[in-house]
Amino acid sequence: MKMLLVAEYRQKKLLENYTELLAFAGEFGAECAMFLVGDGAAELPKFAGKLYLADVATYGEYNPDAHKRLLLDVVAQEQPTMIVFSHSSYGWDLAPRLAASLKAAQVSEVVAVDDGRLVVPACNAKLRRTVAGNGAMTIATLQAGAFSLADAAAGSPEVVAVTGDGQGRVAFLGYEAAEHGGVDLTKSEVIVSAGRGVGKPENITLVAGLAKALGGEYGASRPVVDAQWVEHNRQVGTTGLTVSPKLYVACGISGAVQHLAGMKKSEFVVAINTDRDAPIGDVADVFAVADLKQLLPVLTEKLQAL
Amino acid sequence: MKLLVCIKQVPDMESKFKIDADGVWYDRGDLAWRMNEYDEYAVEQAVQVKEATGADLTVLCIGPDQVKETMKKALAMGCDRGVHIADDRSHLRDPFQIASLIAAFAKDKGFDLIFTGMQSQDRGSGQVGVMTAELLSLPAVTTIVGFALAGNTITVKRELEGGVKATVEATLPALVTCQLGLNTPRYPTLPNIMKAKKKELLTVAAADLSPADGLLKTVKLTFPEKKGGGVFLEGDVGEVADRLIRILKEKTSLLA
Repeated sequence: MKMLLVAEYRQKKLLENYTELLAFAGEFGAECAMFLVGDGAAELPKFAGKLYLADVATYGEYNPDAHKRLLLDVVAQEQPTMIVFSHSSYGWDLAPRLAASLKAAQVSEVVAVDDGRLVVPACNAKLRRTVAGNGAMTIATLQAGAFSLADAAAGSPEVVAVTGDGQGRVAFLGYEAAEHGGVDLTKSEVIVSAGRGVGKPENITLVAGLAKALGGEYGASRPVVDAQWVEHNRQVGTTGLTVSPKLYVACGISGAVQHLAGMKKSEFVVAINTDRDAPIGDVADVFAVADLKQLLPVLTEKLQAL
Repeated sequence: MKLLVCIKQVPDMESKFKIDADGVWYDRGDLAWRMNEYDEYAVEQAVQVKEATGADLTVLCIGPDQVKETMKKALAMGCDRGVHIADDRSHLRDPFQIASLIAAFAKDKGFDLIFTGMQSQDRGSGQVGVMTAELLSLPAVTTIVGFALAGNTITVKRELEGGVKATVEATLPALVTCQLGLNTPRYPTLPNIMKAKKKELLTVAAADLSPADGLLKTVKLTFPEKKGGGVFLEGDVGEVADRLIRILKEKTSLLA
């Protein structure tokens, strides 16, 4: 099997997630080539194989029209059986453009390989779907963190420069940095997070109260931050912070993939949720099947009395 | 100006799912249905553009008859008319086929701006919007969390990882896929719900739009294996609290 792996370059840096693409290819024992719009003078992916490199100074970090055309040229040369991206803001944006052009099946957010077939989540990770492409070529995007190399990536690529038409209909104007300031959750030993299950903004005080009783900080999942019940600098998950405290208490958090990615390395996880099937159960050491509005006041009071 | 917003009806994600008899999708009986959450942001943004510019706004939805209930919500939020692409098999179609249906409907309508959610909550492929744009040869921007329209130009913010955003610009016609948090979707008011009942709701059979052949099929749908083997605590909240504190004392160094 032949794979073309698509690496990413953002804010003048090669992103580390190319190693996850290599780990995935390793599961198939595939022969690999890589594609990158990056900087040949800077750090390159560590692997022994062909690296099709387009110059970021010409083609930009985000220019989907140009990147698609460059990739199509490389695909025509390499004729891979599979083209592999990370399921990232770059990958989920570019992969369907390529899939539509090539009339190739696209499999989004692969979490596992089962007997050579790709497995993806469905319904907020409550279900898993095993899929198969109908044609000769498949495009896959991999869930962040689903595949990892046992050993550090090694080797030097054989660089093949690629060029093409750099025009694009979407103009990149600039980056906006993450909001910082105030509390730094990543330094906290205990984090108690609020999810959609808190129900209303007044109940954030219950979550903050438990955090205080445990000597920690409170955080939140994305819906709670989107609703502006909690500030963005307390958001845990893919688009917020990645944390690994000694204790993580998830209150009313169902456990969407994006949230789990931000907290699954916590040492000890307690879930408090009325739905015992919630996917947060996959990473919980203790699962209290309870309404947080009833449990949190009692738990906080008992902790304060210790 | 002409606007199109594409929505999907999905089950409430808190539902207890069962696998259907064919083993390739969830059982669609006994579920509460609602508008895909991402699409609520798409509808809200489209309605805001309509209100600011006086544009004409069509909402499109593919599926069996029951999706009309969800379309009524979009009409009550402010869409001018609905186009229902009737398709009892839509849950078995892959993203490319769904995109081909939307593109077949939209191709000669002259839409200036098309809004979609960035993904659906049930399939979560995140492909339909971008593929639709590709089939219509439109520029597309995905995962937007900020939107501004000035004249013929949209300036939008894409959400990247770790809280970083990228600002990009495109000229109309264009397609955008909307991320959660883009705006605050409105709740339809009672008068608007009543008005929505009188709005035009056109039905087109999917077969009349000649959907493309599928590229991808589901082999099986399964429940994930439960990992971790965590302890479940249930019952009286006082007892649950006591047991939880005992466990935290044993397993962590935090309550010593």
